[in-house]
Amino acid sequence: MSDVEIKTLTMNFGPQHPAAHGVLRLVVEMDGEIVERCDPHIGLLHRGTEKLIEYKSYLQAVPYFDRLDYVSPMNQEHAYALAVEKLLGITVPERGQYIRVLFSEITRILNHLLNVTTFAMDTGALTPPLWGFEQRELLMEYYEGVSGSRMHAAYFRPGGVHQDLPDGMLDSMDAWIKQFYPFMKDIENLLNDNRIFRQRTVDIGVVNPQQALDWGFSGPMIRASGLPWDLRKSQPYDVYDRMDFDIPVGKTGDCFARYLVRIEEMYQSARIMEQCVQALRTVSGPVRVDDRKISPPRRGEMKGSMEALIHHFKLYTEGYKVPAGETYTAVEAPKGEFGVYLVSDGTNKPYRCKIRAPGFPHLAALDMMTKGHQLADMSANIGSLDIVFGEIDR
Amino acid sequence: MSEPLQELGEHIKQATAGAVVAANVRLGELMLETTPDKLIALLTFLRDDPRCLFKQLIDVCGVDWPEREKRFDVVYNLLSLKNNQRVRVKVATDETTPVPSAAPLFSSAGWFERETYDLYGVWFADHPDLRRILTDYGFEGHPLRKDFPLTGFVELRWDDLQKRVVYEPVKLTQEFRRFDFLSPWEGAHQVLPGDEKADEKAKS
Repeated sequence: MSDVEIKTLTMNFGPQHPAAHGVLRLVVEMDGEIVERCDPHIGLLHRGTEKLIEYKSYLQAVPYFDRLDYVSPMNQEHAYALAVEKLLGITVPERGQYIRVLFSEITRILNHLLNVTTFAMDTGALTPPLWGFEQRELLMEYYEGVSGSRMHAAYFRPGGVHQDLPDGMLDSMDAWIKQFYPFMKDIENLLNDNRIFRQRTVDIGVVNPQQALDWGFSGPMIRASGLPWDLRKSQPYDVYDRMDFDIPVGKTGDCFARYLVRIEEMYQSARIMEQCVQALRTVSGPVRVDDRKISPPRRGEMKGSMEALIHHFKLYTEGYKVPAGETYTAVEAPKGEFGVYLVSDGTNKPYRCKIRAPGFPHLAALDMMTKGHQLADMSANIGSLDIVFGEIDR
Repeated sequence: MSEPLQELGEHIKQATAGAVVAANVRLGELMLETTPDKLIALLTFLRDDPRCLFKQLIDVCGVDWPEREKRFDVVYNLLSLKNNQRVRVKVATDETTPVPSAAPLFSSAGWFERETYDLYGVWFADHPDLRRILTDYGFEGHPLRKDFPLTGFVELRWDDLQKRVVYEPVKLTQEFRRFDFLSPWEGAHQVLPGDEKADEKAKS
């Protein structure tokens, strides 16, 4: 019998596909069921955020950050706020810092709940997302409580947070945290020893530490590969240095390790929330800097004071001028290192605002992770990458 | 905080023999400037030197300064997990001068450089796969350049007769406005009716 020549099949995947987590288009070259090469085509959700920010004042740029990674809005505002504060040379009052850390961790839980549960859905389980989304809904009520909006909060502003917490929120959070631990146990019961889930994730998409460094991984992705690296510990910002929490590290670097890291991070986030709630009961004071050239006056003050009215008018038309300079400021967003490279030329608008989205290098590595796997493993890999197109396409 | 960075900057400057044009520490961040022909040597040194060990290329991006002769800065942000330090490397270039690609050194550079090429039109020499990445298929121009208008040049809509998406030049119902908040109050010089005579009187 003569040799049979096998031709690779080029297949299109997406951009509209439930396992694509948004608008991902993949051009996959396949040899039978085995993926030889996959080429992600991104940019279908490109909105030119960086260009738009160059045309807006520093305050007007804040809401764009909610719309990048729309499942973890506040962490991204945090990076931007820290970058602007660094250029301005201001420090946020203690209470403001605690509130920011508290909401950063709420956001982390929001994000991981979505990712872990939809990852389970990619591999065939339907119950986890239904359970997880109920908890997400409860957390979004806190978002709504402080900012008036369930998702696009625009709550962290350069100089602090917009408003103090409403009365009774801390008690309600305490109650929520108490019921969250048993809920997490339930999710773990569903998935940890689930035979199908393990078959689909263990030893799939293994990334060794060397590759994780080479491909610019960060966040849960690099920790699952066995590198204990977390910006909250190594380069702490706001009051993270006062928090007591652990960094989970994976051993195997496969999809299952990434799942486990995210599960453990949720427990740790709940721990940080507990500590913040405790601290906020005693730490009082302003929640944003008391500098009328940066943060606007209270509504009530404006009714009586001419000066406050002028400040309000100037801040919401012209905005504030930021001294010329440049900074790269990064935070540990739920998906990894979210950085803002901000260049100011001394005017009231950013000269350049480069957004370093963690999902971008992760998705770039999809080809490396998927090569030689079966087609079904590709969707497990995409699920474990935790990609959201708002931030990748920008 | 900044003293070890200062020392590190000096160390890199001496060890790379002329690859670093300038090294300064601003706002607690180390910034190195280099030239395109020395870039790969510098990045290799930063990655492998035992005092640096910047194993991760975190970000590559462009910045446009149209008034400069070499109008683009390509900015590389590196991170060392071992030493918990960051460094920023800058290279100035223009539309025609290629920058050598860092993709052989850091795999993550592949996509970051594609993005910089797409948005600014900076050419990366020896890049394995330099295609557009974020913009539309068949897009023309480089949208993050300062001379590219915010509204762009084309808009698209679904044409029900042709049963396809058609591209048309941008039509704005209202003229694009960009307010200038920077000039001081002298902007509007108003002469009240009747006052023009007072001015003349003062002159004569």
